[in-house]
Amino acid sequence: MNAQGRNYPGINLDHEPQTHAEAEEKVFGFWVFLMSDLVLFALLFATYATMTGATAGGPSGGDVFELKSTMIETGLLLASSFTFGMASLEIKYGGKGRLFAWLAVTLLFGALFLGFEWRDFATMIAQGAPPSRSGFLSAFFVLVGTHGLHVTAGCVWIVVMMAQIAVFGTARDVKIRMLRLGLFWHFLDIVWIAIFSVVYLPGLVR
Amino acid sequence: MNRRDDYRRELRAYLTGLGLAVVLSVLAFGAVGLAEGVPGAISRSTVVWTIGLTAAVQVVVHFRYFLHIDLTRSKRDDLQLILFSALIVLLMVAGTLWILGDLRDRMMAVL
Repeated sequence: MNAQGRNYPGINLDHEPQTHAEAEEKVFGFWVFLMSDLVLFALLFATYATMTGATAGGPSGGDVFELKSTMIETGLLLASSFTFGMASLEIKYGGKGRLFAWLAVTLLFGALFLGFEWRDFATMIAQGAPPSRSGFLSAFFVLVGTHGLHVTAGCVWIVVMMAQIAVFGTARDVKIRMLRLGLFWHFLDIVWIAIFSVVYLPGLVR
Repeated sequence: MNRRDDYRRELRAYLTGLGLAVVLSVLAFGAVGLAEGVPGAISRSTVVWTIGLTAAVQVVVHFRYFLHIDLTRSKRDDLQLILFSALIVLLMVAGTLWILGDLRDRMMAVL
């Protein structure tokens, strides 16, 4: 253990030796899962990259993407990543009340993100760009949709954790579950960086 | 080091991460917005390079400040796992791009 006692990714509960020791193995296991998820996303990105030209005479990215909407979504997800960081600090240093509040704010941002993404998809489909239109659009909806499903799962997980905190308080198991949810949530924001940098922004540059 | 100092240090890390991420995102979106709003103000390759570089730096920022992963810590096998995953991803992504790109070029040549 080094001076700061960091033994696993994410915030470390090094003030509580027993929780810290127990978290090490569980968080590492979850990290293995996240890395396998990373491989999944990487291959969806590779598929998308090979499909960007396969528009079959239909709309290309520049025709259907919206810069403003992507910007709002990026802001919402980044804000939610930060508010989750604040929740992580409350697990380590603070109390139940403020932890609950930061989780609620994170959930709100996550839900707003999903709302905007849903609106984007609906607009694209209304403009004649459904997944079935071309190989490019199939690859787009699979990649961005998979990320959206992950965020949806993250939101459900936040609700479950809020219920657990309400019932059990900040018990050791609850804390360790929160550590793993934190990794998941921050990981999704990193995938989103790749999505706006590989899909939306280059698609919008003429 | 007491609890209060630890709290301040960790809070500062999250704030630094947020600040850097906002600056990098604004740079990337700003470059695209500029290219869209003022035609000819900025070349396409400059914009694409800006997007790529800011994205790479922002990923590192998120790993460092949000996921607390850096090169100084080697107790656990996390870093080795990240490097191994990166290798797998590199092989599979580069292989896919190479083979499918080549395939597309050859099929286009027939048309």
